[in-house]
Amino acid sequence: MSPSVPLQEMIRAIRSARTQCEERGVIQRECATIRAQFRQADNEGRSHNLAKLLYVHMLGYPAHFGQMECVRMIASPRYSEKRVGYLGAMMLLDEKQDASLLITNSIKNDLANSNQYVQSLALCTLACMGSAEMCRDLAPEINRLLRASNSYIKKKAALCAVHIVRKVQDLGELFAPSARCLLTEKNHGVLHGAVVLITELCECNPESLERFRKTVPDLVQIMKGLVISGYSPDHDVAGISDPFLQVRKCEIMKLILTKIDTNAFNLIYVFTIQVATNTDSTKTVGNAVLYETVLTVLDIKSESGLRVLAVNILGRFLLNNDRNIRYIAMISLQKIVGTDHNAVQRHRGTIVDCLKDQDASVKRRALELSLALVSASNIRSMMKELLSFLSSCPPELRSQTASGIFIAAERYAPSQRWHIDTILHVLTTAGGDVRDETVPNLIQLITNTSELHCYTVHKLYRALHNDISQQPLVQVACWCIGEYGDLLLRGECQEMEPVQVTEDDVLDVLEAVLQSHMSSPSTRGFALTATMKLSTRITENVDRIRSIVSIYGSCIDVELQQRAVEYNALFKKYDHMRYSTEWLGQRFLVFVCSTFSAGLSPPICGFPQVCDLLDLLGGSEPPLQSSPALGSTAPLPVGTAGTAGGDLLDLLGGLEPTAIMTVLLSVFSVAPTVSVYDKDGVTVTLSCEKQSDSGLSITLTASNSTDSDIRGFTLQAAVPKVCISASNKILAVHLKSSFSFQVNLKMRLRISYTSQGSAVQDTVQVDSFPGLGH
Amino acid sequence: MTRLLKIVSCSSLRFFLQMRFLLLFSRQGKLRLQKWFTPLTDREKKKVIRDMMMLVLARPARSCNFLQWRDLKIVYKRYASLYFCAGLEDHDNELLALEVLHRYVELLDKYFGNVCELDIIFNFEKAYFILDEFLMEGEILETSKVAVGVSLEEADTLQETMEEYMSKPAY
Repeated sequence: MSPSVPLQEMIRAIRSARTQCEERGVIQRECATIRAQFRQADNEGRSHNLAKLLYVHMLGYPAHFGQMECVRMIASPRYSEKRVGYLGAMMLLDEKQDASLLITNSIKNDLANSNQYVQSLALCTLACMGSAEMCRDLAPEINRLLRASNSYIKKKAALCAVHIVRKVQDLGELFAPSARCLLTEKNHGVLHGAVVLITELCECNPESLERFRKTVPDLVQIMKGLVISGYSPDHDVAGISDPFLQVRKCEIMKLILTKIDTNAFNLIYVFTIQVATNTDSTKTVGNAVLYETVLTVLDIKSESGLRVLAVNILGRFLLNNDRNIRYIAMISLQKIVGTDHNAVQRHRGTIVDCLKDQDASVKRRALELSLALVSASNIRSMMKELLSFLSSCPPELRSQTASGIFIAAERYAPSQRWHIDTILHVLTTAGGDVRDETVPNLIQLITNTSELHCYTVHKLYRALHNDISQQPLVQVACWCIGEYGDLLLRGECQEMEPVQVTEDDVLDVLEAVLQSHMSSPSTRGFALTATMKLSTRITENVDRIRSIVSIYGSCIDVELQQRAVEYNALFKKYDHMRYSTEWLGQRFLVFVCSTFSAGLSPPICGFPQVCDLLDLLGGSEPPLQSSPALGSTAPLPVGTAGTAGGDLLDLLGGLEPTAIMTVLLSVFSVAPTVSVYDKDGVTVTLSCEKQSDSGLSITLTASNSTDSDIRGFTLQAAVPKVCISASNKILAVHLKSSFSFQVNLKMRLRISYTSQGSAVQDTVQVDSFPGLGH
Repeated sequence: MTRLLKIVSCSSLRFFLQMRFLLLFSRQGKLRLQKWFTPLTDREKKKVIRDMMMLVLARPARSCNFLQWRDLKIVYKRYASLYFCAGLEDHDNELLALEVLHRYVELLDKYFGNVCELDIIFNFEKAYFILDEFLMEGEILETSKVAVGVSLEEADTLQETMEEYMSKPAY
């Protein structure tokens, strides 16, 4: 065959262009020539021109003006022109172009041509870019070719029919009888095509399944034929007799077993054993056939003996030196790890070793499979491997590894301390890649493990001291220091060596976080809040804290500024309350105002509008529900800045670490009080003051002197014609009054709460009001 | 949504090796052959080509020949200065795809005699004709090397005969 000289000259010219610009120039000139020559009606070098255009198209330049030329060339009687024309059609036309319909007629004519190579061109093009309309038009022709032609055409027609069936599934019915007849052919290519066609028909058209049920003997015959056909130099690859056809065997089997006859399991058994023992697995091609067999076994519902054999083959693949084989073994194991967990566990060691492989694809697969294999019994050893992998893994896998580790730790953590240690390790190694919800989750976890607060805060302080660049770690550490700062300052901790930490050190660290350019705004929020919280826990450096906070009163960030201003207000107006609860000698829990929901809160010195009872150090009790008005995502206690809801802030008063929640009492009321309700340690006292001639101010205060917390405390007061109720979700900042309302003479109170697990509801009538003139 | 990107909606059982596309490109990122077995727009094709080149050319030597890209498996192999890259469905047998690529290279080698990249550049249309005898609709068409060689020879003869008959310069 002699090459096309004009085409090759053009290619040489393009390749010798030294710059992109020069190349573009050459191509533009050529395209102009080609366009001019297309316009001429009769042209000798048409195929050359089209070939040139196709080359230009492959380089990425527009070539749509050649579409009509393709149509013309396809209709030409010359084979060389047809050949290039069809090639052009496959490259330039697709089913969305209108011009593709124009070639339908030419294809039809060529399908009926006496020359098989012309027919094959038409079949090939139809299979490549045939649209649904074209397929509908030409399906009868294809059907005819399936029945009455030579094997060369039959095999092409079979695959063309596959294309038609994929495009227009209703035409499956048309091909079913012809497909059946194809099964009796001897030619491998035709058999190939027949199996594919039948598979496609069964896939698309469940009704034709019945018809093909009768073909099972024929299919079995084919398989047997392939098995015993022996050595055929035509078809073999590296000593394996026609691996492509062997793969077809697998498909026939699967076809039989899944779609046609689900009971023929003895077939697959015999076949699998034979393949497994006879196939030479030292070559890739042998492994390809083995792999296909394994996949077949695993896909259909085979019995357990076969599955074990399949998993063992995969295990052998894992030990293979060839990376490709290991990769595919891991992919397959990933698919069955859910169902055959124990079988895969046996290979855990090898899989974990693959984490250390150089190749990124293998690493990724090994990671996914390792994460799937983590279980309660191997959690410690697996976590060690995973953590060492995290420190050395490529960046694109880090966030997947980190979240996998978190999930595994959450599910299988053998102890709380181990859990916290693991999370801290991940945060220090890959802090930048963890997800956002890690911070609140970790805070929740720390809150719940009260016995480890001391240990946790020391560890976090040290981590913070070393490195303030990992934002999630810094946020958690700040929160912890703010919350448990007193534990930190006390210095002793059973589980770690004692380190003396002074108040100045702690404030230094927090200040460093506040001022560092690496801290994000939310991190700064955490740090500021923590600083503020420390003002109640430390004794000497309150002034320093006050100065830090007041600096941020003029910060550019609105959120920080708002916080700072509010904290400042606390310093100014409510300083007297700071230690107010101490002299009472009881354990108190201080109410907290939530004021920092972004942007909409009133200043803290205003009336408590949206406040929550706070369970600061819940201990064994789980934390309270947060107020729905705040929209927090989880029942979070103090100081979480990351969520959209507000902050709950412990501002006022020292808090014993083991304090249990109590309701705050009113201690400063000067009006005479009378107790209206006293039961099981819960007392409600009433005091009134005459405000004006027509009005009376009544103060009801409730106190809890039991050892456990009171939940769901609701106080409802009803007076004639006026009924006011308030739920416990209001926190009082003022010690004096929780509610104020006008009252006439009588009042009925309904009190309900939950104490020690039991719900209590009482109604009390108050008839006399002390301090009242009348 | 074209088939390249839609979620495979047929049953979860795999059935046959079905390629989505086959690309040949050089180490410098020049495309030498593109065959698409599913309908795609020009823009999508260009995107796929760009992504493939980026992914495959970035791989170090001696790495695994398989990649994951969107919901497809990518199998690639380097022969001298050319990368052969095939996109497969998620359930296909990658090892078999490697064999398919190898078989295609063998066919090219047999046809051109010690094929090199320049042969494929200057005779790209022949490379397409050879591919069309070997694969169709993403499936293997003919498993015998000899049969493919014979049909190519006959088709070429046909071309020349007709050319000679028309007394025109050969293609």
